[in-house]
Amino acid sequence: MSTKKAAAVALVAALGVTTLAACGSDKADTAGEGTKSKTVTLVSHDSFNASKEVLAEFTEQTGYTVKVLKSGDAGEAVNKEILTKGSPQGDVFFGIDNTLLSRGLDNGLFEPYEAKGLDRIPAELQLDKAKHRVTPIDSGDICVNYDKKYFADKKLAPPQTFDDLAKPAYKDLLVVENPERSSPGLGFLLGTAAQYGDDGWQAYWKKLKDNGVKTVDSWELAYNQEFSGSAGGKKAKGDRPLVVSYASSPPVEVLYSEPQLKEAPTGVSTGTCFRQTEFAGLLNGAKNPEGGKALIDFLISKKFQEDMPLQMFVNPVVKDAALPELFTKHGEVIAKPQTMAPEKITEKREQWIQTWSSLVLK
Amino acid sequence: MALPVAFFAVFFAWPVVSIVGRGVRTDDGAWQFGRIGETLSRPDILDVLWFTVWQAAASTALTLLVALPGAYVFARFAFPGKAVLRAVVTVPFVLPTVMVGTAFLALVGRGGLFDELWGVRLDTSVWAILLAHMFFNYAVVVRTVGGLWAQLDPRQEEAARVLGASRWQAWRRVTLPALAPSVASAALMVFLFTFTSFGVVQVLGGSAYSTMEAEIYRQTARLLDLPTAAVLTLVQFAAVGAILAVHARTVRKRESALKLVPAELTARRPRGTGQWALLGGVLLSVTLLILLPLGVLVERSFSTPDGYGLDYYRALGSVDEGGTFLVPPMEAIGNSLEYALVATAVALLIGGLAAAALTRRAGRLVRGFDALLMLPLGVSAVTVGFGFLITLDEPPLDLRASWILVPLAQALVGVPFVVRTMLPVLRAVDARLREAAAVLGASPLKAWREVDLPMVWRALLIAAGFAFAVSLGEFGATVFIARPDNPTLPVAVARLLGRPGELNYGQAMALSTILMAVCAAALLLLERLRTERTSGEF
Repeated sequence: MSTKKAAAVALVAALGVTTLAACGSDKADTAGEGTKSKTVTLVSHDSFNASKEVLAEFTEQTGYTVKVLKSGDAGEAVNKEILTKGSPQGDVFFGIDNTLLSRGLDNGLFEPYEAKGLDRIPAELQLDKAKHRVTPIDSGDICVNYDKKYFADKKLAPPQTFDDLAKPAYKDLLVVENPERSSPGLGFLLGTAAQYGDDGWQAYWKKLKDNGVKTVDSWELAYNQEFSGSAGGKKAKGDRPLVVSYASSPPVEVLYSEPQLKEAPTGVSTGTCFRQTEFAGLLNGAKNPEGGKALIDFLISKKFQEDMPLQMFVNPVVKDAALPELFTKHGEVIAKPQTMAPEKITEKREQWIQTWSSLVLK
Repeated sequence: MALPVAFFAVFFAWPVVSIVGRGVRTDDGAWQFGRIGETLSRPDILDVLWFTVWQAAASTALTLLVALPGAYVFARFAFPGKAVLRAVVTVPFVLPTVMVGTAFLALVGRGGLFDELWGVRLDTSVWAILLAHMFFNYAVVVRTVGGLWAQLDPRQEEAARVLGASRWQAWRRVTLPALAPSVASAALMVFLFTFTSFGVVQVLGGSAYSTMEAEIYRQTARLLDLPTAAVLTLVQFAAVGAILAVHARTVRKRESALKLVPAELTARRPRGTGQWALLGGVLLSVTLLILLPLGVLVERSFSTPDGYGLDYYRALGSVDEGGTFLVPPMEAIGNSLEYALVATAVALLIGGLAAAALTRRAGRLVRGFDALLMLPLGVSAVTVGFGFLITLDEPPLDLRASWILVPLAQALVGVPFVVRTMLPVLRAVDARLREAAAVLGASPLKAWREVDLPMVWRALLIAAGFAFAVSLGEFGATVFIARPDNPTLPVAVARLLGRPGELNYGQAMALSTILMAVCAAALLLLERLRTERTSGEF
């Protein structure tokens, strides 16, 4: 009996150890056991991207290697940091936006650090200017996108403003995301609240509902299934020519087309936008604060800022960063987006979402 | 026994207890049991509880209805392509839920096949959820019930007929009692899987439907409402515990001595119109329920703007301009295989030791441990994931940023399969054979080599194969910890689906097809290893 067991253990253990060792060897460089002080860990949401060359340049400049830890979507990533407060998963957090900023600041997630080169960032984006707990890195606009072909075929002008969306001419055309489950959905709701005020937005949504607005759970569903203008939506025979997405979505449609399109198939309703700004901050309890500070400086360097648009489809925040041609050619600069103070968003978010649910979903 | 216990204590019990603990206590450490009653009387929470139970019961009933004839056909009929088909119906069981959601949207969603043909759309309806659950769990019934059915000696029923029983009486008196525990066991497993359904409900449920598992995720990850999440976790825990306790009883009953014969002897070509019609009906249901959704994924992976082609597969080999990943998506396959191998090794080690320990004694304590090993199947991956985050954060166990966390989480799910496969085989090794060998002069080592090993190694390989396939498809826990420089296949699929543009969608379909092919190949290999002696549950 015991021999049998011993042999079984030996067999299984041998199997386990060899495989572990085999995998361990080629993972050692990224696991970073011995290179701890030389590694700086960036915690972010799933949408984070940077090109290899740019990250390599950071290593060249500072000697630190960046390790990126994607921690779920934006809300989930922030909540995970709150749960692990004081014993963070990394050194720098990137990707807390103005809709979540107060929650992070109130929970004391970040160590103050005044980044080098802040003067190149417009003051209105520096939402924590007095304390420098977070540094703005990028901004983007959540806007209604329209299917150019649909409106051309119908000889109808695409809607441009929030008011337009509630007009009878655009009945049954718009699909939006549930703000409770999707960040563009939340952005759009906040945009309407900023436009019509605490008292007026509910009446506006009643009009939208009467005008046949459709709600789905995620941006993926809205954009790739319901929207008639996107590549995915065309394939899925989406029949809604209006969708809540980003101002940068048209260039992305061009970028991922095969063969490359000459003109974006979609356009942006410029009067329906809500501005999202994303921030980075040094995590409270970071193991490598020096590396973290260097990384934050690097995030607002010209090099990184010019890499960002084609990696994450957002706009740079520093004045000296040039936009890629794809953006200047197919993108839209939003002159007057809606905005809202982070404290107000934190205070009202849950209540507004609940009101919205009972108003629109029921 | 010590190693499996330690493994479960550190990587399962501790994280889960910690995260639940955060919820049931206030910041200054006082217990807040009042929250339980408060939470459980909220109408929205009650809706979730009701829907969870209701859809699980409905899914289980429908799965049994469709899969039991399948179990019979696979058990009793010999027909060409049976082994391949048996492997194929098992593929869904190990596929990641994101993919299944995508497949069903492509089928019953907007612009899906049914929409094009008949204008039928089932997305955001409860039918899409029920169909997907049937798709997932068909194999559980076919393998659990069919596996036993194939080995029941048909002569017993014939004997009853000779003695004057009608066909129905013979079936009811002889076959049904032998089969009933395995039907109950399969039903309970299906109920357990659908009761804790997460991915399917996330993708197909829309805003209208939420199971407890999906609600725990929402409360924790979105709203950071830990007290509500903790109450739900406790309720789910109690329910899963109860299901497993009943399951353990039925399993024990099933293992009571039955006269089993090799499966090859009981299967024969169908005879007469009735039997051919039954076979045809089962093949049709398998085609509609399983082959069609899988086929749609494959079709879409080849469907490029200018006709069918390999464009999306080719694109997998290069880093794209926009950089969804830092590496070509193709590398995700290599990562997945590596992770799955390590997870399999861990699951075999832990599961093998546990099964060996469970074989020797069947005391109350040990039986309790048996049921405990099944718990990871029923406890929220979200809870475990968040538990990992807040517990494994200090040296020597600061594993949160380590790659090993992925295979460890996957192994947790793999262990129950290893135990369930190994246990019946280990128990079935007749001690008298070993004694006989000893009497005939064999040394204990030789007796083990000649008697135990031939029976055990196949079971071990099958267990390994299952743990491997399950690890390959694991998504819930992996998505918490996988890193961008080495995403796993299901994580890569999810990320590609989350981006606009035709090329990303096509690549997601192509990767899904590859994952499907790998799973199918692994399962087909297992079919070849299966013999009459390896009558494990899967």
